[in-house]
Amino acid sequence: MKDLVYLVPLFPLIGFILNGLFWKSMPRKVSGILASGAVLASFAVSLLLFFEVKSNPEAGGVVHLFDFIRAGDLHVPFAFQVDALSCLFLLIITGVGFLIHVYSTGYMHDDAGYTKYFAFLNLFVFSMLLLVLGANYVIMFIGWEGVGLASYLLIGFWYKRRDFTNAGKKAFIMNRIGDLGFLVGMFLTMYHFGTAGYAELFPQLAGGTQVATGTMNAIAICFFIGAMGKSAQIPLYTWLPDAMAGPTPVSALIHAATMVTAGIYMIARSSVLYNLAPAAQTLIAIIGLATLLLAASIALKQNDIKKVLAYSTVSQLGYMFLALGVGAYTGAVFHVMTHAFFKALLFLGAGSVIHAMGGEQDLRKMGGLGKYMRITQVTFLLACLAIAGIPGFSGFFSKDEILAAAFAKNPIYYYLALGGALMTAFYMFRLYFFTFTGQFRGTSEQQDHLHESPASMTFPLIVLAILSVIGGYVGLPPVMSEHHLLAEYLAPVVSNFNVHHLSHSTEWLLMACSVSLIVLMIIWAYVYCRKGTFKEDNGLARVLANKWYVDELYQAVVVKPMKGLALVLDKYAERKGIDGLVNGAGRLVSWGSGRLRLLQNGQVGTYIFGMVIGVVLLLIVGLILVG
Amino acid sequence: MPIQNYLFLSLMLFTIGVMGVLMRRNAIIVFMSIELMLNAVNLLMVAFSKMFGTADAQIFVFFIMVVAAAEVAVGLAIIVMVYRKIHSVDINILNRLKN
Amino acid sequence: MLLLLLILVPLVTGLLSFTLKGSVVKGWTLFSTLVTLVLAILVCCPDYATSFQRTWIPSLGAQFSLSASGMGAVLTLLTAVVFPLIFISQWKKPLTEDPRFFGLMLLAQTGLMGVFLANDLLLFYFFWELALVPVYFLCSMWGGPKRIPVTFKFFVYTFLGSLLMLAGLIYLYLQTPARSFDWQTIAQTGAALPELAQQLLFCCFFIAFGIKMPIFPFHTWQPDTYEQSATPVTIVLSAVMVKMGLFATAKWILPVFPAGVAFWDTAVMSLGVIGIIYASLLAMVQSDLKRLIAYSSIAHVGLMITGLFAQTDIATNGVIIQMFNHGINITGMWLIVSMIEQRYQTRNLRELGGMAGQAPVMAVALVIIAFANIALPLTNGFIGEFMLFHGIFQSAHPYHITYMVVAGLGIILGAIYTLNMVQKVAYGESRKGLLVADVNRGELIGLVVIIALILLLGVYPGVLMGVFA
Repeated sequence: MKDLVYLVPLFPLIGFILNGLFWKSMPRKVSGILASGAVLASFAVSLLLFFEVKSNPEAGGVVHLFDFIRAGDLHVPFAFQVDALSCLFLLIITGVGFLIHVYSTGYMHDDAGYTKYFAFLNLFVFSMLLLVLGANYVIMFIGWEGVGLASYLLIGFWYKRRDFTNAGKKAFIMNRIGDLGFLVGMFLTMYHFGTAGYAELFPQLAGGTQVATGTMNAIAICFFIGAMGKSAQIPLYTWLPDAMAGPTPVSALIHAATMVTAGIYMIARSSVLYNLAPAAQTLIAIIGLATLLLAASIALKQNDIKKVLAYSTVSQLGYMFLALGVGAYTGAVFHVMTHAFFKALLFLGAGSVIHAMGGEQDLRKMGGLGKYMRITQVTFLLACLAIAGIPGFSGFFSKDEILAAAFAKNPIYYYLALGGALMTAFYMFRLYFFTFTGQFRGTSEQQDHLHESPASMTFPLIVLAILSVIGGYVGLPPVMSEHHLLAEYLAPVVSNFNVHHLSHSTEWLLMACSVSLIVLMIIWAYVYCRKGTFKEDNGLARVLANKWYVDELYQAVVVKPMKGLALVLDKYAERKGIDGLVNGAGRLVSWGSGRLRLLQNGQVGTYIFGMVIGVVLLLIVGLILVG
Repeated sequence: MPIQNYLFLSLMLFTIGVMGVLMRRNAIIVFMSIELMLNAVNLLMVAFSKMFGTADAQIFVFFIMVVAAAEVAVGLAIIVMVYRKIHSVDINILNRLKN
Repeated sequence: MLLLLLILVPLVTGLLSFTLKGSVVKGWTLFSTLVTLVLAILVCCPDYATSFQRTWIPSLGAQFSLSASGMGAVLTLLTAVVFPLIFISQWKKPLTEDPRFFGLMLLAQTGLMGVFLANDLLLFYFFWELALVPVYFLCSMWGGPKRIPVTFKFFVYTFLGSLLMLAGLIYLYLQTPARSFDWQTIAQTGAALPELAQQLLFCCFFIAFGIKMPIFPFHTWQPDTYEQSATPVTIVLSAVMVKMGLFATAKWILPVFPAGVAFWDTAVMSLGVIGIIYASLLAMVQSDLKRLIAYSSIAHVGLMITGLFAQTDIATNGVIIQMFNHGINITGMWLIVSMIEQRYQTRNLRELGGMAGQAPVMAVALVIIAFANIALPLTNGFIGEFMLFHGIFQSAHPYHITYMVVAGLGIILGAIYTLNMVQKVAYGESRKGLLVADVNRGELIGLVVIIALILLLGVYPGVLMGVFA
């Protein structure tokens, strides 16, 4: 069965190739169906694999396809890893991916680049599947950069807008910075352990290793730098909010549900390695915390519906890294899953709103949309409840697991993360209330245009809403159930090595405390939005609205100096310096010969005089020599 | 007559020739000075030939005279052509090869 | 015999094409290069790999000796692939129909083939210079307005290096026991020389090769020459000719002067990585498309030099692969540049834009080639760079990690300038009132072949590794 795994990425690849080659002649309908069908087929195969692995963990393993690079002692097979972790991610990617493909057939209906869009989307799914399936870091890296490419292409999908293509460029370049870290980590691994394959590497590590802890930390941190780029953590997060320039389903799929969780996947995959690198773990936890707080605070004051969601994504990713940092790998993966459901739903809901508003994304021009689009409103509300962490919804369980693990590791982590959760509840409901309740604040033309989206768009919303509600029951906390289904399923792959367990009473207390505070925040958000005024921000609010001026800081500290340096090098070092030297050497010769040439003044007399002098000199020399 | 006298005469003639070539600007006079130098050499050769009693040098002298005659013919023709072109035989003007 | 044909075919057809008139010459040269391609492919098949040897100048002990060893075979193949691509994509709108152009191109091919095949130092030197002559004429007869002084600079610069090499060559020759230029003898003689002699000889040879590559800081002829020469000539220069320097270093320096290499490797590797960063930074601020690609090429070469001197198996294999891949990618890049130049009448990045809307096929090709150029996985560029980085990392050199990381910064900078370029050329609004035709058939064939190679070698590099493994 596992040998069929190559089919999973193959279908989207075929979809990409067909849509890409016949983009001119392919009818729209066929293109959308082809692309969605490809992902659905992958989903079906993934499902089979999933159940196979679930029932019998031994059924997984490495599927060797061909030798990718073989030179000297370097041997990189093109091989896939089938196990619990990769199968779970396969399901998330193909499942959510399929829903978003369906949604896109409605959302992108009028776009001129319809076929191109689906080609890119399939390319993305293909790359993402490679990333998840790769049986060694090199194959993972292929997918890692491949999703970066797809993301670049889709962010700059409307290529005529310069700011959109800038955003795509920014995303790719920031990811490249992370990728360098990934590469160095990979080379360090290969240098010290002689392999980049999981199946060879992790058993070596499982029983402890001779390699110094410092080196292990270095490897772990290098990989984490890669994750910082891909999963938008401080300091490499600024590309993600800009990436909202892409079509909204793209934001849902790539920049919320799947691609940005690649970093979490990678670290969870390398859990054995990270358990041996305590300093790196602490760093991850701190970066995750800082990111979740920073992004949540920015989200409080954003007025662009997609920007709020983008910062929310960054913040939720921060939670996942916090979980990884405290060693709760299952918790992180759990949150990846629930987050994929509710964040995809939020983005698709936002897309539905934007679709109805004719492209308008500004909260200040919305309001009262619930009357016009009931399905969107209800599903959006469910997603908000899930992300805020209301008991019973999926987000509650996963977030609670992370918070509990954080508390067990260090209560300060818990308090800060709880602060982030409160902000999350506030900004999500601010978004909800401003969008769907109150009075409509846009133009009357927009109001006339308001309508519920077609079935192709509402169907994914409904499916995702159901998943957002029930998705959490696979991971009930220990106080509620003996069996954490997800943890049991992942146990063969992910090692939750140093998670401390809390007593039941503490856990109940923490839960009650966070839930009551979150409910308070929602009420506050409701009161705040009832006033419904947008006033000029000042003080801290202004700093938040301007995203802590981080972009400006990067511009001033990195971009401008680098460009300045390049200009100076071009003008002085290159043209005046090196080329000046080269040309100077040439000029010296031509100047010298110019001087020498003056001896030849064309006067016959001078020549003869010279000749006579020469003869006389020769005579004298001869006389001296003879004498 | 001792050989020194011939030597001194020849040296004098040759030096006069050299100085003429160096000092004078008139192409014809320069030309004449060159002839003078040639003839100084001729004189020297004949004198040594007489002294050693061999005829080789005198044969060279004939060669030199023939070549000199040919040279005069060509050289004077050039000078005449130059004079027709620029109405002067001043060698300081003849620097057109420069540049 | 096959190897001799590789040299004779372009030579004879090249000389003949001077006598042809009209448009026949296009077909003639294309035919000739295709024949050479077939020959080169045969040479790369393991069964046919042969060597060829005849006495050349008996009094000096020079042999006309050819052999296609690993790196040489790959570069022969590259040379044979690049030339038909140039001619086929220029089929509809050639730069010129002047038979002299085609003749000179074929003669350049002859010289290049000779350099990659020669197994005798004197023969190598002969071809090294021979390759320069037609290129000199090609550069000075066609191209931009400033081509004469620029070509002059290029010629003098390379010739200066060649003279140093000649001096070293003569010295080395005089040291050989049996007065021979044979590679094996030369390598044995060189390695047995005292350290100081090796260090000096290293300089003599390496300056010649370094100028050709070009290595920082001997690179300033390159952007000027690329900018001013006509694009087909630029392709010959950048896709194949710069590889001469790398190849020559690998064949005539590394095994010949081990003590010299040990002495100079830190310097050369440092220059290599400095060159990567320096050229990448400069590429970021160029507004002329050709200059930008020229600097990008310098950056790539910097990495290859560093890899070459890392002296690990993997890095050396990486260099071979990367030389081939870079040749393919840069050919694609220049083809697109020449198409852009023909259609937009400008190469200034500030004036270009909107190609994706007007000529989508060209834009797609540009994006693919650009990403191959910045080593995206599953394109050929990745394989080479990955092996190079890995090889440099594994090197026994004390600063190997620093070199790898600094060179790695180049992939970030590479992404910056390449994506800037793509954005300015392909994206944005197109200029009003300018009708731009998409690719014609010849250009399409050229681009498709290049893209197919990019993907094939990126997904299954084993094809190429089979040639030299």
